Amino acid sequence: MVNLSVKIGDILLKNPVLTASGTFGYGEEFSDFIDIDRLGGYIVKGTTLEPRQGNDYPRMVETPSGMLNAVGLQNKGVEHFISEIYPRIRKYKAEPIVNVSGAKIDDYTAVCRRLNESTDIRCIEVNISCPNVKQGGMAFGTTCEGAASVTRAVRKSFDGTVIVKLSPNVTDISEIAKAVESEGADAVSLINTMMGMAIDVEKMRPYLSTITGGLSGPAVRPVAVRMVWQVAKAVKIPVVGLGGIMNGRDAMEFILAGATAIEIGTANFIDPAVTVKVVDYIEDFCQRHGITDITELIGAVNR
Amino acid sequence: MKQIRDFKIVENRRIHRSYTLLRLTPTDGNPLPEIKPGQFVQVAVEGSRTTFLRRPISINLVDTEANEIWLLVRNAGDGTARLMELASGDVINLVLPLGTGFTIPENKHARVLLVGGGVGVAPLLEFGRVLKSNGVAPAFLLGARSEGDLLELDLFANIGDVYLSTDDGSVGDPGVVTLNRCLHQQWDNIFCCGPAPMMKAVAAKAREIGADCEVSLENMMACGIGACLCCVEKTVKGNVCVCTEGPVFNIKDLTW
Repeated sequence: MVNLSVKIGDILLKNPVLTASGTFGYGEEFSDFIDIDRLGGYIVKGTTLEPRQGNDYPRMVETPSGMLNAVGLQNKGVEHFISEIYPRIRKYKAEPIVNVSGAKIDDYTAVCRRLNESTDIRCIEVNISCPNVKQGGMAFGTTCEGAASVTRAVRKSFDGTVIVKLSPNVTDISEIAKAVESEGADAVSLINTMMGMAIDVEKMRPYLSTITGGLSGPAVRPVAVRMVWQVAKAVKIPVVGLGGIMNGRDAMEFILAGATAIEIGTANFIDPAVTVKVVDYIEDFCQRHGITDITELIGAVNR
Repeated sequence: MKQIRDFKIVENRRIHRSYTLLRLTPTDGNPLPEIKPGQFVQVAVEGSRTTFLRRPISINLVDTEANEIWLLVRNAGDGTARLMELASGDVINLVLPLGTGFTIPENKHARVLLVGGGVGVAPLLEFGRVLKSNGVAPAFLLGARSEGDLLELDLFANIGDVYLSTDDGSVGDPGVVTLNRCLHQQWDNIFCCGPAPMMKAVAAKAREIGADCEVSLENMMACGIGACLCCVEKTVKGNVCVCTEGPVFNIKDLTW
């Protein structure tokens, strides 16, 4: 038997496999394909205080080994989540983690307070790194002061575990990670998408309605692995790694680089059952390498 | 219930320089899931140079007796080009069935016209078959650039009357489908699948003659299951996913 459980803040996940916000809906979209309860947890669509229609179509374009998206945080708002969605997804035993987004600090704290008051959600992921809305948090996530100020406010308004999701669109991600750690974040997750752009040369126009978008998929993976490795050495809190994980092998790269848990994103679009395959792979990997506890492998590349 | 399932190519029939017809059967030999006309599949493509997402493709025909589904594939880029090259016996992975479908009119005497252009004719064959088996007699209005670009004409003709329009006038009425003389008749229900400008023109025509009208949209998709929110269409209810709320929409719900 391999012990796959890992700890993020106060939460003991039964395995390190999570889903990336915005790629897994509210979990239920995938219930025909997998047993959600086999995941460590699932991070639901970015939730804001007010409903948001998101950006205009087209919002997506395929690029080499990846895709650009500019969804723009389309969601029906925290009240809809609490009254309509939460009662439906409570039945899953995997840990539900709510991704919280906002345009100003008061929006973040208001969402946190509503989750605190009206749900048993024990863990949130704070998005300070959305590249696709003018005030979608990336403004906060690209300076130490901005990242620290959101973290400080959220820390005061949410009782449970706080993961802060970091942007790769910065000069030194370790400095941002240290800033949110010092304000009481329980963990950091990285990387959000990298800002990119693609042009339809025949039409001489950008593909996306927003001109730029967020790059995800295997194209970003080496950058993400490098950033996880750097941040894991810079902070004491757990690091959650994501960015182009397509299979179990890729997930192990992040764990060996220093990630305590991992998130699977774009791969869900290609194989809706990929998440449980990654859980199986990690268990099998540990057995093959004579490892009885996954925590032995976290950051093992440094040893 | 949606499935992820391997299918074997029974036949790859190149019916046109730009189109191929794939006949597929599940490798496990078990029956197909229940499929509604207008639903689509997401096909995983191996070995494409520039694409890595699945390709959404509408279901051309469901043959429950042979346990086959047919996909009409247009060579639209590197992903579909790989599908054009598949050989009998090759295995591809599908997620299916996805999306909503066309609405079968309750009135069996309804005058029903199915309008298709290009590869958009694909789901109309299956819908026509199902309508006929439900006692509704559909007619088809099919448009293409030229006579040689009209697809599956014999199969459509087995189901109902076929009206044709070609841009060059080589067969049927000349010009776009909305100029076809069959639209001078009264129709109760019009269903349309094709390029967006054509569907918009057909929608306008349907409004003009007072027909109920559903169209099947082809917005760019990533997941196909309502998770990524990339394929949204603006509707009277706001932005909704074409993959789950559609691909078939009544034009009353669109902002066209």
